[in-house]
Amino acid sequence: MVIIQSVIECCHVTKSYVRGDQEIPVLRNFNLSVPNGQFLAIMGPSGSGKTTILNLIAGLDRPVDGTIRVAGTEVSRQRETELARWRARHIGFVFQFYNLIPVLTAAENVELPLLLSSLSKSERAKRVRAALELVGLGDRLHHYPRQLSGGQEQRVGIARAIVGDPTILLADEPTGNLDREAAEAVMTLLRRLHRELGKTIVMVTHDPFVADYAETVLHVDKGKGSSR
Amino acid sequence: MTLVTLIIRNVHRQVLRVTLTVLGIATIILAFNLIITTVRAWYAGVEAAAPNRLITRHAASLSIHLPLSYRDRLAAIDGITGVTFANWFGGVYRDAKGFFPQFAVDPESFLDLHPELMLDPDERRDFLSDRRGCLIGRRLADLYGWRVGDVIPLKGTLYPGDWEFIVRGIYRGAEPSTDENWMLIRWDSVNERRRQFDPDRADTVGWYVLRIADSSTAGALSRAVDDTFANSVAETRTETEQAFQAGFVAMSGSIVRALELLAVVLNGVTLLVLANTLVMAVRERTREWAVLRTLGFERRHLAALITGEALLIAALGSIMGIAMTIPAIDLYATLVSTKLGNFFQQLVVYPSTLVLGALATLITACCAAVIPLVTALRSNVADDLRHIG
Repeated sequence: MVIIQSVIECCHVTKSYVRGDQEIPVLRNFNLSVPNGQFLAIMGPSGSGKTTILNLIAGLDRPVDGTIRVAGTEVSRQRETELARWRARHIGFVFQFYNLIPVLTAAENVELPLLLSSLSKSERAKRVRAALELVGLGDRLHHYPRQLSGGQEQRVGIARAIVGDPTILLADEPTGNLDREAAEAVMTLLRRLHRELGKTIVMVTHDPFVADYAETVLHVDKGKGSSR
Repeated sequence: MTLVTLIIRNVHRQVLRVTLTVLGIATIILAFNLIITTVRAWYAGVEAAAPNRLITRHAASLSIHLPLSYRDRLAAIDGITGVTFANWFGGVYRDAKGFFPQFAVDPESFLDLHPELMLDPDERRDFLSDRRGCLIGRRLADLYGWRVGDVIPLKGTLYPGDWEFIVRGIYRGAEPSTDENWMLIRWDSVNERRRQFDPDRADTVGWYVLRIADSSTAGALSRAVDDTFANSVAETRTETEQAFQAGFVAMSGSIVRALELLAVVLNGVTLLVLANTLVMAVRERTREWAVLRTLGFERRHLAALITGEALLIAALGSIMGIAMTIPAIDLYATLVSTKLGNFFQQLVVYPSTLVLGALATLITACCAAVIPLVTALRSNVADDLRHIG
């Protein structure tokens, strides 16, 4: 029997990018352990590797060295197709620029991840409505992204991220494009998801005000992390 | 919502660009259909050829005639159930533009061996009893507005002099591919004048038409006929009517091949037009593909979305092209007949032509999707999420 103590474990992870003939190191011997149900904020200056950490956890990128185990799966060794299926089941992603599909309504955007499941149409509709009501947009189901404010768009993005009930929620600068009021609303929502639904959340931010919503803050600089 | 919903919405994003692409494809389809229709019209004679008929002509050239005396020897060959003959008359109506095929035939046997020329019994009787009589096809009659009883004046070229023939009947084709542009005149009538003015070439025929009992014996019978006249003054070459007609098409083979090549080139143009639209569309949505992959969409889903978009645009273009072809073909046929008379027996769009055009476009669409597809699938998700486009 395998006991999962941490939902995310990064062990001795090294990551670098090659630009032309130059190799740019981003993470060096990076270690991270996130217990199930934790709300972790990762802070650090630009280029410190914050987003790279999220991409590695989500299996969107691969480390040069080290292992990354997420929700019981060693993502650094999975094939692309397996990773896609795993991601659909375990990862919800919230982006800085919302990244909603402009030609789909709020409800349709939220429904997107469910198209990959075997749920019936009515079951999908039920879940979409529940997710949008949870983020306070039950009355905006048929609005297109262009008809929503930035804060509303981000809340639709959060609804899309949680509609499949993923194990982990990854948020990359979720308030980076919002004003203070909208940012507070989004962060309140994320904290609610963590407290009421027990979601594990890993959030990247450079804003200390936003980081205060998290339980734990990890500072990353020059590819190394230190917790507070 | 389904993936199809997303495909349809994606097509709607750039309405002007997609509309122009669809119109471009529709125009290409229209041109493709007109070309294929023209090529098929060229082959109409081959398609109309009867499998149970052989053509015997002089081994050296069609322009060298065969003796009339061969008729009885041909009829005596086992397996041949009927013999008739014809000469190319080559008359000109009014001026050089007034060209249509005229054959001097042995009336009774010719009609017996060509049951696809459907004729009223009274008209048949009148034709058989009038040495100045002639039969004309329905399309030819329509072209010049001739009716039974009208006199058709022709200026002879191979049979010099001025000729007048009285229309005794107008035949209809039993099949759509039957040529309704012929004028049939009586061989005995023209041969009589030839006896007077060109006796050396009298009593000769251009070619024999043989009806055979079993079409599967066509090859053996052709050899038997040619063996019969081997080492004679006029050796023969015998082939199926289909091969004989194909020989005529081969004479203008370069034109036909050029048209066929043009049809292929048109598909190449479709490929470029569609690929251009898709490459732009896919590039604009680089970040969206990455987002979908972040949500768990696999490469096959992206392939379905991009290929589906290509197929939808191609299908819209095909439908519009087909819709444009049907009225356009009448206009085209009118234009062609104005310039070329009844050069083509028929300019009819067959359903198979429309299906071929649409299928070729859909296959081309799949090919056009390859470049944007490869671009989208090979890209790095993490990089694409940062894409600004």
